[in-house]
Amino acid sequence: MAKKIRILIAKPGLDGHDRGAKYIARALKDAGYEVIYTGIRQTPEAIVKTAIQEDVDFVGLSLLSGAHNELFPRVVELLRENQADDIIVFGGGVIPESDIPGLKEKGLAAIFTPGTSIKAVIDFIESCRSKIEN
Amino acid sequence: MPTSDKINAQRKKWEETTLKKVISRNPERKTEFTTGSWLPVERTALPEITTDDEYLEKLGFPGEFPFTRGVQPTMYRGRLWTMRQYAGFGTAEESNRRYKFLLGQGQTGLSIAFDLPTQIGYDSDDPHSEGEVGKVGVAIDTLRDMEILFDGIPLDKVSTSMTINAPAAILLAMYLAVAEKQGVRFDQLDGTIQNDILKEYIARGTYIFPPKPSLRLITNIFEFCAREVPKWNTISISGYHIREAGATAVQEVAFTLADGIEYVKAALNAGMDVDSFADRLSFFFNAHNDLLEEVAKFRAARRIWAKIMRDKFHAQNPKSQMLRFHTQTAGSTLTAQQPDNNIVRVAIQTLAAVLGGTQSLHTNSRDEALALPSEDSVRIALRTQQIVAYESGVTNSVDPLGGSYLIENLTDRIESAVWQYLDKIEAIGGMIPAIENGFVQKEIQDAAYRYQKEIEINERIIVGVNKFITNEETPKNLLKVDPELQRIQIQKTNAVKKQRNNQAVSEKLELLRETARRPEQNLMPPILAAVREYATLGEICGILRQEFGEYQESIVL
Repeated sequence: MAKKIRILIAKPGLDGHDRGAKYIARALKDAGYEVIYTGIRQTPEAIVKTAIQEDVDFVGLSLLSGAHNELFPRVVELLRENQADDIIVFGGGVIPESDIPGLKEKGLAAIFTPGTSIKAVIDFIESCRSKIEN
Repeated sequence: MPTSDKINAQRKKWEETTLKKVISRNPERKTEFTTGSWLPVERTALPEITTDDEYLEKLGFPGEFPFTRGVQPTMYRGRLWTMRQYAGFGTAEESNRRYKFLLGQGQTGLSIAFDLPTQIGYDSDDPHSEGEVGKVGVAIDTLRDMEILFDGIPLDKVSTSMTINAPAAILLAMYLAVAEKQGVRFDQLDGTIQNDILKEYIARGTYIFPPKPSLRLITNIFEFCAREVPKWNTISISGYHIREAGATAVQEVAFTLADGIEYVKAALNAGMDVDSFADRLSFFFNAHNDLLEEVAKFRAARRIWAKIMRDKFHAQNPKSQMLRFHTQTAGSTLTAQQPDNNIVRVAIQTLAAVLGGTQSLHTNSRDEALALPSEDSVRIALRTQQIVAYESGVTNSVDPLGGSYLIENLTDRIESAVWQYLDKIEAIGGMIPAIENGFVQKEIQDAAYRYQKEIEINERIIVGVNKFITNEETPKNLLKVDPELQRIQIQKTNAVKKQRNNQAVSEKLELLRETARRPEQNLMPPILAAVREYATLGEICGILRQEFGEYQESIVL
């Protein structure tokens, strides 16, 4: 049987726009994944702590305030410091195209911008399955 | 009152002959037609108001109870709505330049966007502020920043709206202190603070304190302004963010008015007379894509609020019964794909707001799904309002869609669905328990989920997103906030801290703490005193955090 994939959907920073995060969390749950949602206004430290405690395979970060260049890489960095860099981090929100290469360089596995279908997110997760199961 | 028998008989005949013939050959595009929020839409609405008494009860005349047709007797024939673009980013200097640009382009009021640390009561050097300083609005740490923000803008000549909630008392105090320095009297000041904490718990997220001390701060402001700043709109009870979170049109009105009821109750409990504050309550709604539903929504909201204020709270002054509102076009309807299409969406939403009788309007910029709006985009957004105002002709008559069978039908439907929610919330014990137990959030999320699912399966068409897709280049000239800004802002605040009288700051902060411990005292005077000494926003909120504690979100999925 395929491994049950666990995903943490998290809202770093101070931004309260959680419509997207909650939609993704619920839609991924409906697609059969185990999903945990942190709620808004989480520090990168708190997100990493939850990710490790909950033994998740993915962390999905959602941010619409423009602080993604500072906060997304910080989560990746803290996971690495805690020897948890096997957890795959992806992000979404109002993120200008020009910021995406920089974020990927800093360890974000995928960035989803407005208008992304849930299928694209699921396809991405499934494309990582072999990495997780090894 | 149902449609008359005569018309109904004729309708039946029409359905069996003329209509049937066409439908059997050419079926309609869908089996059921609904508004954007799933209210049924009739093929052809028929007159439902059949007597003069019904007309007078439901619609009446503009400027009179129940204000369905508008809050002023002449509406835009007298004065156009206030064109007020929400703006602010980076440092106070940069935002000051943007305000002068907007005023120079013919904007008639200011609307201040603060960054998230300011909205949540953190200074720019607080660890929580990392990455957020100056991003979605201007960073304000001390009175010095506020002095720069309004430099060269005479506060007796502009009206200023500030989107600030949990620390509203502090930003209002800073505004008052700037007025003092400009030699402007408090009673000359015109403007609005959002000051609506309940919708922050529901949808927007910039809460600090739990409900009880938050409501105390709000009623303290009501009291202080009734005495000292009589023209100020002390609250802007907001459905905008509730709608953005995915609520239906009905939910937007229901939850906003339920919040309004809670604020009125809190002020009455604090011993105020309803007519001493109710005329300063203002509202803030969303203008979404479904033009006719939105127009009906604004009309229904006015009628319901008038009834609530007259019948439930016994307000005598007609001004206390009037629902005056600001509108913003729906940011969540804007697409990152083919962003120029957003200009058209905003134009339709602008019409909805104007046909619905708004008092002021912000139009969103086409590039908001991509980044902060650029100056060019902001100009087009403002021009959209100006074209509707000066060229479209819809301003020439009051409530020009009033009497449309469909508009009246939708207005009635929305009203009755809103009353159902209001009854339900009352049964739960009011809005605070309804928020704390997650009822309100769950209702909104279910609607948001349904909406998004419809887009996913192409049941709801979004042009450029799930139909009429083109390959396009990514747009250029997006606005970027300087990442160095946080450092510069911290330096500025440190310099202020060195120059100010630190002894006086400590004394004023202690006075604030003492007042916070006495629920019967008003917090505005000690906050104003601390602000005048250049106490930082974070220092003031820090004292209040220690005394009041912090709100914990109830997570509902």
